[in-house]
Amino acid sequence: MRRLRHWGPGLLLLSPSLILLAVFVYGLIAWTTKVSVSDEHTALGSKGFVGLDNYTNLFTNDIQDRFVHSLKNLAVFTVVFLVGAMFFGLLWAFILERGVRAEGFFRTVYLFPMAVSFVASGVVWRWLMNPNMDDNAGGLNAVFVAMHLDFLQSAWWTNPTWGMASMAIPAVWQLSGYVMALFLAGFRGIPHELREAAAMDGASTYRLYRNVIFPQLTPVALSALIIIGHMSMKMFDLIMSVSGPQWLTEVPAIYVWQSLLTSDYAKAAAISIVLLLLVAIVIVPYLIYTNRVEKNS
Amino acid sequence: MRWGKRAAVAVVGVAALLTASACGGSDDGGSGSTKVEVFTWWADGGEKAGLDGLVSQFGKDCAGQEFVNGAVAGGAGANAKTVLASRLQQGDPPDTFQAHAGAELSDYINAGQVEDLSADYDTWGLKQAFPPGLIQNLTVDGKIYSVPANIHRANVVWTNKKVVTDAGITSDPTDLAAFIADLDKVKAKGVQSPLALGKDWTQLMLFESVLISDLGAEKFTGLWNGSTDWAGPDVTKAIGDFTKLLSYTNTDRDALDWTDAEKLVMDGKAAYQLMGDWEAADLDAKGFQDYAWFTFPGNGTTFQWLADSFVLPKGAKNAEGTKCWLKTVGSADGQKAFNTKKGSIPARTDAAPADYPKYQQAAMADWKSATQVPSCAHGSACSQGWQGAANSAMGAYSTKQDAAALQKALAAAAQQFAKK
Repeated sequence: MRRLRHWGPGLLLLSPSLILLAVFVYGLIAWTTKVSVSDEHTALGSKGFVGLDNYTNLFTNDIQDRFVHSLKNLAVFTVVFLVGAMFFGLLWAFILERGVRAEGFFRTVYLFPMAVSFVASGVVWRWLMNPNMDDNAGGLNAVFVAMHLDFLQSAWWTNPTWGMASMAIPAVWQLSGYVMALFLAGFRGIPHELREAAAMDGASTYRLYRNVIFPQLTPVALSALIIIGHMSMKMFDLIMSVSGPQWLTEVPAIYVWQSLLTSDYAKAAAISIVLLLLVAIVIVPYLIYTNRVEKNS
Repeated sequence: MRWGKRAAVAVVGVAALLTASACGGSDDGGSGSTKVEVFTWWADGGEKAGLDGLVSQFGKDCAGQEFVNGAVAGGAGANAKTVLASRLQQGDPPDTFQAHAGAELSDYINAGQVEDLSADYDTWGLKQAFPPGLIQNLTVDGKIYSVPANIHRANVVWTNKKVVTDAGITSDPTDLAAFIADLDKVKAKGVQSPLALGKDWTQLMLFESVLISDLGAEKFTGLWNGSTDWAGPDVTKAIGDFTKLLSYTNTDRDALDWTDAEKLVMDGKAAYQLMGDWEAADLDAKGFQDYAWFTFPGNGTTFQWLADSFVLPKGAKNAEGTKCWLKTVGSADGQKAFNTKKGSIPARTDAAPADYPKYQQAAMADWKSATQVPSCAHGSACSQGWQGAANSAMGAYSTKQDAAALQKALAAAAQQFAKK
């Protein structure tokens, strides 16, 4: 009775969110999994259980390898997005940390794009990344032509092989500021004594950053990678507003939506589960890692 | 005392949250009502005007019934279709909903979500009023499930008169060879991409027109009901012709919607565009006068149609009111009220052409005499899943230009979706 008194009220307070989580997150994951192993390919409803057929069909028997193509698109997008956002985020944080004038101003400027929704920035980038060239050029290509830098013109996202790299540019533009803020907080969190100690020992600036500061930023870098990594895997709104749903720029999230629109619930569910597993591969080790770190400290 | 206070706070908090969530219940319904909820994606422009015309006619014909607008705007119907799908799944259908007539309805028919209207077609005299080709395309296993409100034509080429005249072209081409010769003439005048084209579904429209030219109306219709083989040599030839036409189009086609491609024609950067006849209303609305049109070269008297139609869902709350709505939709007065405002033509063949603008008069004359074939890009020939697969295949072809892969993909799609 005494123990119940101890944790009872807390549990009671938590119970609404626990129930909501159980129903609307885990319950729905379970239901989606069930649909993904059924043959619910039309609005008619399901006739039965088909095991993992929907999953194997996605990889081996999809018309024009549509699903594999969407995974490739997602891979190119994610790599460029992660590398780009991490590079610019770290660079800007480094510059600001070294002390520039009007730091507050630059911090705001870099952070601002994050306040814009992907839909709004997507529409603008759709204009900027107009694939017309030379006489018909628009957007950035027109700027390049006007500056007599014609060789810089690009087909942007309409390039069949590397188009998704262009698609990542708006995402990098939007999230670099956020990564910068994370790194800046990381830099500020390093005690001043450590720098002084390194200076006392006669460490050069390079050695200071290489051996003292950067190692301490590893947790920050990991958090940043995880946060923008899972955003990237679920990317939907940006691509919808830049190119609309089409084969060229299709990623799994958009394929889910397209399948749902055509009442192919089983296929949509199977893709959703694959997507969930992809994100889990990244997130779960991170959660285990942070749990362990928190327990140790 | 401390325990008591904490417990009280907790209980009150939980109770408040649960009450709040319990308030989200639904409160609509009301059986035996006189309300007719009409579910469409006609929320603005000419479509809204057409719907308003239909509603006022409904008020006259069906006294005692009340129209309820259930329009869901946006996404060219995509948003509305999503909402509709979930309402049908929950067994809460609107009294009637808008759907493209023809094969796109097959999803609803197979799911048993819509009622057979064949008997009403006889009572309302619609089998005589609509051309036999349309009745044939609408019939699924001997039954008809929808009443078309309008007819649009898909296989029309729109031209910029000035660009065409400047190139020294005096008559409309009547076959593909002549069309390609004309495209060359326009190109020789310095127009880099004489044929304006947009993203996947507009490419599918163009490809379907080429298929009609190369296969003829009957074999073309057969592609969609399983009697013509997608893997055949005539389809291979059509892909070849389509590829030839692609070489005259703008390279940024995948980035353009149909209105962007239309602008190329208006600006004189292209001479031709294949598009449905809603382009006439759009060009008029944008104040562009200098346009002309002809049926896609080689299509002869084939009229590739698509139509918006209304259905009677199973479990509609006010079936009687819905039937009165459907009767109005199919009636001569209703079709006139709707189509003169929307810029389409009536499905009935007994309408008076004098009520309509210039383009529509020509289309109405064709509608009576032409051979009707359906369109996959607009859902009259194929189900939504098939349409999605075809659009995806066209999009892939636009970038990769792998003819064998395109034919294989289309054949695979037909195998998956065509009725056995």
